[in-house]
Amino acid sequence: MGDVIATNQTILVVGGGISGISAAIEAAECGKQVILLEKSPSLGGRVSQLHKYFPKLCFPSCGIEINLRRIKANKNLRVITMAEVAKVTGDAGNYSVEVKIAPRFVNEKCTACGDCSNAVESEFDDEFNYGLKQRKGAYLVSNMAYPQRYVIDPRMIGSEDANKAKDACKVGAIDLQMQEESLTINVGAIIWATGWKPYDAKKIQPYGYDRFANVVTNVEFERMADAFGPTGGKILRPSDGKEAKNIAFIQCAGSRDENHLKHCSRICCMASLKQTTYVSEREGKSTVYYIDIRAIDRIDDFYQKVQADENVSFIKSKVANIIEDKDGNPILKGVDTEGYNRYENQHDLVVLATGMEPSIPADAFPMDIKINEEGFIEADESNGAIFAAGCSSDALDVNRAVQQATGAALRAIQVVNKVAGMEG
Amino acid sequence: MSNGNTALAEKYRNNFLQEVIANVEEGEWVRMCMQCGVCAGSCPLGNAWAHTPQEIFMMIRAGKREEVLTSDSMWMCTSCYNCIVRCPRKLPITHIMHGLAHYAERMGLAPKNQPTRKFALEFWKNLTKTGRVNETSLGVKLYFIDGFVSGIKKGLAALPLGLRMFKTKRLDPMAMISSSGCKGKGDIHKILAKAKAIEDAKFQSKNA
Ligand SMILES: Cc1cc2nc3c(=O)[nH]c(=O)nc-3n(C[C@H](O)[C@H](O)[C@H](O)COP(=O)(O)OP(=O)(O)OC[C@H]3O[C@@H](n4cnc5c(N)ncnc54)[C@H](O)[C@@H]3O)c2cc1C
Ligand code: SF4
Ligand code: SF4
Repeated sequence: MGDVIATNQTILVVGGGISGISAAIEAAECGKQVILLEKSPSLGGRVSQLHKYFPKLCFPSCGIEINLRRIKANKNLRVITMAEVAKVTGDAGNYSVEVKIAPRFVNEKCTACGDCSNAVESEFDDEFNYGLKQRKGAYLVSNMAYPQRYVIDPRMIGSEDANKAKDACKVGAIDLQMQEESLTINVGAIIWATGWKPYDAKKIQPYGYDRFANVVTNVEFERMADAFGPTGGKILRPSDGKEAKNIAFIQCAGSRDENHLKHCSRICCMASLKQTTYVSEREGKSTVYYIDIRAIDRIDDFYQKVQADENVSFIKSKVANIIEDKDGNPILKGVDTEGYNRYENQHDLVVLATGMEPSIPADAFPMDIKINEEGFIEADESNGAIFAAGCSSDALDVNRAVQQATGAALRAIQVVNKVAGMEG
Repeated sequence: MSNGNTALAEKYRNNFLQEVIANVEEGEWVRMCMQCGVCAGSCPLGNAWAHTPQEIFMMIRAGKREEVLTSDSMWMCTSCYNCIVRCPRKLPITHIMHGLAHYAERMGLAPKNQPTRKFALEFWKNLTKTGRVNETSLGVKLYFIDGFVSGIKKGLAALPLGLRMFKTKRLDPMAMISSSGCKGKGDIHKILAKAKAIEDAKFQSKNA
């Protein structure tokens, strides 16, 4: 790790998803010194794990590529991956931040040739694909990973495989002695953009996510539809590998529910509508079970388009429970609200439209911060110069998350400008 | 009671929801229902009812007073609590069902021959008479609930079971004639009378 120079005119951004990236770039392009910390080995966050991206249905890789180019071009912006904040002390305009950096065991000499990966045998669950496939113990997070630098899984350290990886590297980029590093940096303002995580579907007992192989979540479904995903873009049933042609989507799975997340996660209606297009493209049929569809403002056009698709049908009903027949087909039971008809519908595959919860649990923030009942950060004067961006403040789509990140960048710039004014 | 029914129907004219909120136990929850259908789909007896809880709640809002209060649906609830644990709005559905049944009874609109209702009344009579349930006499009443002939038939069919219960001292035929009841029976009667007076007064003052 080279020297990190930071002063109380520096802006720290925590979390390298689309919100953190946007806030960091905006501030750096305004001429401010910015440090961007990301916990995982690569920038991109959850957007990089999507197949396509509503409302335009383009691939997220192109948006990310534009942002990466802006990052590389900006000398005011310093990116540190595998880094987490341990503690924040101080006040607006003058914070001291303790940062812990986990060892990657691969230094900047890495050319991303992949020789180390080919040399090793150990495999682990692939986090990028939500554990739907295995990856090697020496790996690149994804094709789009930034930085384009391999990682050695710490669970492999001390094994024969680790040495094989080291020996395979022709440029000597692998350093198995790397240790966790700590550093303390001084900054004037902090943008908090640690994002969201999917609600744990196991907790929705009647839907049997942990009992039935053919019940998956919407984030997993994004990977299943992706050409670089576990099934090469074919939508296959986890139980028997058959192509799924008759797919059910269950809305509000764990959201708008006093027993789970009380809030509406806001994006999952749109996500399911988008995912029906993946199914239609593959000549399959979709059935969406919903309480009410919450497609907001301009996105309503998209809803109308999906409604016009004859391969997509809608059933106004929250599914009561799922059982499985002897062939592993999920059977959805419930009563619809338009006519009160009782149904028992068989499908090939069920996608639970699970909602978003904050990635950091309420009691795990390394600083004092005001959060609301749902655990999202609330804008409040007592937060000083710590500003939330994106999904750490609410369940948002990318468009809104980025708008909000820009707002946070402006607030942070105002703080460091004031510091500069006083010192200048 | 049916006079009370006319008065209340008049008082809350066109607003059955308000009537339920004011008078039915846990009735204020009805307005929280978002019509998702989970309770309807979760009720193990759902297809045996005329109306599921979801429907009953919508009917209350739609002002279908007569249909709701004369319905046998809420009498079919077995208190399995499946709906309560799943309702995303945490409505105490089971309790509302019982509250509605109770209110229908008070209004004199409950379906006269509904078996659960008949059994509930028998049970209450049996219990309050002596302060203790007399299982033998309650059981016999239950057998004859649909009339003499059907009672004899059911009795004969269950004879082997009865004999076995008799042998293992689980059935005491003498209890039919000599039932001592519990100590302080008189006090229990006084307590119940007082409770009824309080409840009636509360009801009257609310609906004066
Ligand atoms: C199934 C599904 C489909 C979706 N599809 C779309 C779509 O098509 N279009 C759309 O607009 N939106 C979509 N969304 C919403 C979209 O995913 C979010 O708007 C977006 O991810 C928000 O980005 P973010 O940067 O706020 O959070 P994240 O993407 O969660 O990024 C947060 C980043 O912070 C890092 N981090 C976490 N904790 C720490 C820490 N302690 N220290 C440092 N770093 C940390 C994480 O590793 C991550 O990189 C979808 C959501 C779902 C559930
Ligand atoms: S966005 Fe749709 S699916 Fe998600 S919680 Fe809100 S209403 Fe339910
Ligand atoms: S489960 Fe609850 S919210 Fe849903 S219809 Fe039944 S009572 Fe209403």
